[in-house]
Amino acid sequence: MADVLVVAEVAQGRLRKTTLSAVTFAKSLASRVGGGFSILVLGQGVSGPAQEAAVYGARAVHVVDNPALEHYTASTWAAVVAEAASRVGADYVAATSTTFARDLLPRVAARMGAGMVSEVTAIVGDTSPLRFKRPMWAGNILATVEVKTPRAVFSVRGAEFDAAAPTGGSSPVQPLAVPVTADPKVRYVGFAATLSERPDLTEASVIVAGGRGLRDKAGFEGTLNPLADALHAAIGATRAVVDAGIAPNDLQIGQTGKVVAPNLYIGVALSGAIQHLAGMKNSKVIVAINKDPEAPIFSVADYGLVADAFKAVPELVEEIRKVRGG
Amino acid sequence: MKILVTAKRVTDPDAKIRLKPDGSGIETAGLEYKLNPFCENAIEAAISLVEAHGGEAVAVTLGDDDAVQNLRTALAMGVARGIQVQVTDAELDSDLAARILAKVFEAEKPDLFLLGKQAVDGDSNQVGQLVAEYLGLPQACFASKIQVTDGKVLVTREVDGGLETLELTLPAVITADLRLNQPRLPKLPDILKAKRKEVKTLTPADLGVEMVRKVETVAYEAPPQRAGGVKVKTVQELVEKLKNEAKVL
Repeated sequence: MADVLVVAEVAQGRLRKTTLSAVTFAKSLASRVGGGFSILVLGQGVSGPAQEAAVYGARAVHVVDNPALEHYTASTWAAVVAEAASRVGADYVAATSTTFARDLLPRVAARMGAGMVSEVTAIVGDTSPLRFKRPMWAGNILATVEVKTPRAVFSVRGAEFDAAAPTGGSSPVQPLAVPVTADPKVRYVGFAATLSERPDLTEASVIVAGGRGLRDKAGFEGTLNPLADALHAAIGATRAVVDAGIAPNDLQIGQTGKVVAPNLYIGVALSGAIQHLAGMKNSKVIVAINKDPEAPIFSVADYGLVADAFKAVPELVEEIRKVRGG
Repeated sequence: MKILVTAKRVTDPDAKIRLKPDGSGIETAGLEYKLNPFCENAIEAAISLVEAHGGEAVAVTLGDDDAVQNLRTALAMGVARGIQVQVTDAELDSDLAARILAKVFEAEKPDLFLLGKQAVDGDSNQVGQLVAEYLGLPQACFASKIQVTDGKVLVTREVDGGLETLELTLPAVITADLRLNQPRLPKLPDILKAKRKEVKTLTPADLGVEMVRKVETVAYEAPPQRAGGVKVKTVQELVEKLKNEAKVL
């Protein structure tokens, strides 16, 4: 049976919105292969997120709620996901490509004997063999790939699949009896959260991102915080800024960080290295502010302003407040 | 301790990659090749751990004879010896690369297997995790800090929302992220010395690996190009355009 199983991601006791991109992918894939899709929610005390997952038209929401799943670890969780896929008769497993999915899914694929496609951006065709598009070389090349195994695993690029909307119906929420054995060779020690009141980068409709041109932490925060406040935006950073310890790793946009596609992206004092462009060039409207008129970011920007960010951004904040009446 | 570490040859990460006119692959004329940046972080970590705890670091590359040049860079950085498994990138998918590396692991029996978290050409980010599953080992991917103590390794991982710390029992698999360290630049005497270090060449058949791919790449294309827009002269003009033309304010 060619069903698709979406692995939900839970954070702080809630269903992560990023999961809904994988739901959209799963619906599309299921319709092409003549199957259905269901959602797997796993963890400890996850009845809340399981209910949240029940409004997107899934055939079922399968729940594995177990104390041994209190903290995520790849080896323990991969065994549960692969076994769950077999029990519910799913040949395909998908999740939105976050650090959780990137860490987990290859192990699931190995257990299933399945080929895995990373960072899927599109499904090609609707008859067998299905093909999938995915970026390579920092998004400078799009490859079309074919999975040769009967089962397959997909990490889905969130920026390329819209979040699924509630369907109005309610999926049955069912406990799934899968044995859970915690891997004794891994011990969860702790988590240091990046505290932020701002929207999550992968969910924000407006992003302001800063580069090394903002010099230091004071320059970065002093310039970007008021702009982000005025636009209710998330803040992002280039690799150079994160490497320099100016911003936390969680804010890195690019080939190896987060891939984003907001309605409005404003790049401030960043040059636009290939690796950074790979993470933001599908944004709907791109604004670049840089004092170097030759900066590569201008080649992808809809609106470019050649200016010193330390002068232009405070002015921009004033002007935005005027037009927004804030 | 004994550490196995990957040294993948990739196209220059800062080069502009273009499609061949017939779409059969990328234009390689004039391209330079380097060590995968994430492998450099893994190699630096391997050498530092051996410096601190004793033992031996061994680098492995899956590649043709050109890839041995890049393997020699790892040897010049301080890795003791190298292993080349003779294959080309076109013959591999992530799964097959992982199955070959798992066999190398079984032959070498290291305490720790360090890999780059992804290769900047294929961008799949799968091999370390696959190797760990095939070997039944614990994993810590996207490492920004590694501390070895008494048969265990404490790893800080860069994940969405912050930094997570795991303790793994050795042997274990760790994939390196960029903040793990600053890879050293080999000095000239070390580059010369590296030429005399041992590099063993194996074939997949030597390792008993069947060359079967699970995922085939059937076509390449250039992504849609974004047309550059306009330059505005003032902040006022920018805000006016964002409000009335782009309608995003």
